[in-house]
Amino acid sequence: MVGLSTAWRLAGRGLRVAVADPAPGSGASHAAAGMLAPVSEVSYTEEPLLRLGLDSLARWPAFAAELSDESGLGLDLRRDGTLDVAFGADDLALLGELGAFMEKLGLRVERLTGRECRRIEPMLAPSVRGGLLAPEDSWVDPRRVVRALLAALDGRGVPVLRERAAELTAAGDRAAGVRLADGRTLAAEHVVLATGAWAGPGGVTRGGLAGVPPGVLPPVRPVKGQIMRLRSPEPLLGHCVRGTVHGSPVYLVPRGDGELVLGATQEELAFDTRVTAGGLWELLRDARELVPGITELEVAETIAGLRPGTPDNLPLIGRTALPGLLLAAGHHRGGVLLAPLTAETVAGLVAGDGPALPSCSPTRFENVEETAP
Amino acid sequence: MGTTATTATHEGGADELVIAGQKFSSRLIMGTGGAPSLEVLDQALAASGTELTTVAMRRLDPWQRGSVLDVLRARGIQVLPNTAGCFTAGEAVLTAKLAREALGTNWVKLEVISDERTLLPDPIETFDAAERLVADGFVVLPYIGDDPALARRLEQAGCAAVMPLGAPIGSGLGIRNPHNIELIVEAASVPVVLDAGIGTASDAALAMELGCDAVLLATAVTRAQHPELMAAAMRAAVEAGRLARLAGRIPRRRHAQASSPMTP
Repeated sequence: MVGLSTAWRLAGRGLRVAVADPAPGSGASHAAAGMLAPVSEVSYTEEPLLRLGLDSLARWPAFAAELSDESGLGLDLRRDGTLDVAFGADDLALLGELGAFMEKLGLRVERLTGRECRRIEPMLAPSVRGGLLAPEDSWVDPRRVVRALLAALDGRGVPVLRERAAELTAAGDRAAGVRLADGRTLAAEHVVLATGAWAGPGGVTRGGLAGVPPGVLPPVRPVKGQIMRLRSPEPLLGHCVRGTVHGSPVYLVPRGDGELVLGATQEELAFDTRVTAGGLWELLRDARELVPGITELEVAETIAGLRPGTPDNLPLIGRTALPGLLLAAGHHRGGVLLAPLTAETVAGLVAGDGPALPSCSPTRFENVEETAP
Repeated sequence: MGTTATTATHEGGADELVIAGQKFSSRLIMGTGGAPSLEVLDQALAASGTELTTVAMRRLDPWQRGSVLDVLRARGIQVLPNTAGCFTAGEAVLTAKLAREALGTNWVKLEVISDERTLLPDPIETFDAAERLVADGFVVLPYIGDDPALARRLEQAGCAAVMPLGAPIGSGLGIRNPHNIELIVEAASVPVVLDAGIGTASDAALAMELGCDAVLLATAVTRAQHPELMAAAMRAAVEAGRLARLAGRIPRRRHAQASSPMTP
């Protein structure tokens, strides 16, 4: 989604754009639940990520409205808030501390008792002790967004080549385009690498882009997430619901069509995307504590995706040390949320009139070269 | 195993922790679970001064680039693989063998839990696994309850250290039964590592004052609001507690005793 959004915003600037992707939208965004929840996802030590998330969340309504208009497709963008609930006294105490931290950061949250939680979300288990409502958190259906982006790109005449970009081509000390896996070459003044978990040096041997000089690509590692889609005739929930069950986090994201997404595991298993019994069991075990009624629902899909993780959990947005090569990757758990910000930042950098995001600079790590002067 | 607890004193030069013949100048063993990001973990490990850090081998691909293992390697910290998440001796032995193959170390922190709610160690499965792993040439560091009898039996079975808990994993409740920890320390001739339950710096200092040879902790640092700062606090606490133990505390008295003469 990050790559397609960037292509769409670049095309919107009147630039000539081509996308190379053997299966657009099949990466992390195909598995993702689509939470746009910077407030309820905030954690200690990650205030810079929060600020990026709030910036991008503020861009989502206009981004979605424009994309819907242009593509004629709905995105199921919902702005009904995240309800974070706690069960035992320990989980409640933890949530209380988190609420204090959010308030200290100036974030708008409402503390609810267990009964108040169940009044706004009646399918919650009676044992819920209390919760925090982040009323401005939102969510969207990433698969609908991908379909809309493809339609919008088509409408603008942007070619989406169903082929892998195999190798970077260079002219002197500048990126000059890419060679596709089928041998065709695309010449370009700017190359934007948006290959998610494959964007780092470790991805090159796994189908990532070859030919980038050493020291240019920052570290990216895949973080596996298993996720489950259930289906009910009627939506079971009105908010995005998350909770910590005996210290283990889980979330449930409802869609307008009755789909309910349960997620997600976090596993450091390289490029492994197998769905496992233990992964699904943990999701169901914890989700059932929150919303007992889910056990009646149909299992529509189980899937595992790879989040692109960076050492500091911040994304990689902007210029690399190789002139002409930009990155839009490394969004870890926040690719859907950060897509508008990423797309608009990269479009501004390529067009030469937008500001960079210093906290997301691809050259911020040790052993990664700074941008050449 | 020929392993002995360190007996160094302040006169004997370097006060090193010795496990299975290997020397460590830091007595703080870290865990990696719960860190918000690898960068925060890296900063916390650096601040802790640790030389030995335990990593859960389940749900980790040892060949992945840029993983937690690379963070440890870059700092020159020895990896202590653990069997967290195992419920049976069979799973634990298998996990230890996979770790040995992948990491090229025969050290293992043996952890076999009895249930997910308390995460308390299962003594029977732990003993069973320890026997099998020792026979297979592993350096075994078992995580156990604060049970002096079990600690002694595991030492007799050839474990290189014993790691009694202060309180359940992640609870931050401190050392619930200091007396049992003292009993374990008194009887042990292998190092005693206080593992689990540490909430803040004074808990770590107390463990060392009770005579533990080292402290293992993770959550208290990784889930603190400022992990790097808490890691520095833990390092100082372990060092202070160790010095206090070596110095020998004064006896407790019911009434005051003037530190200088009351009359000239």
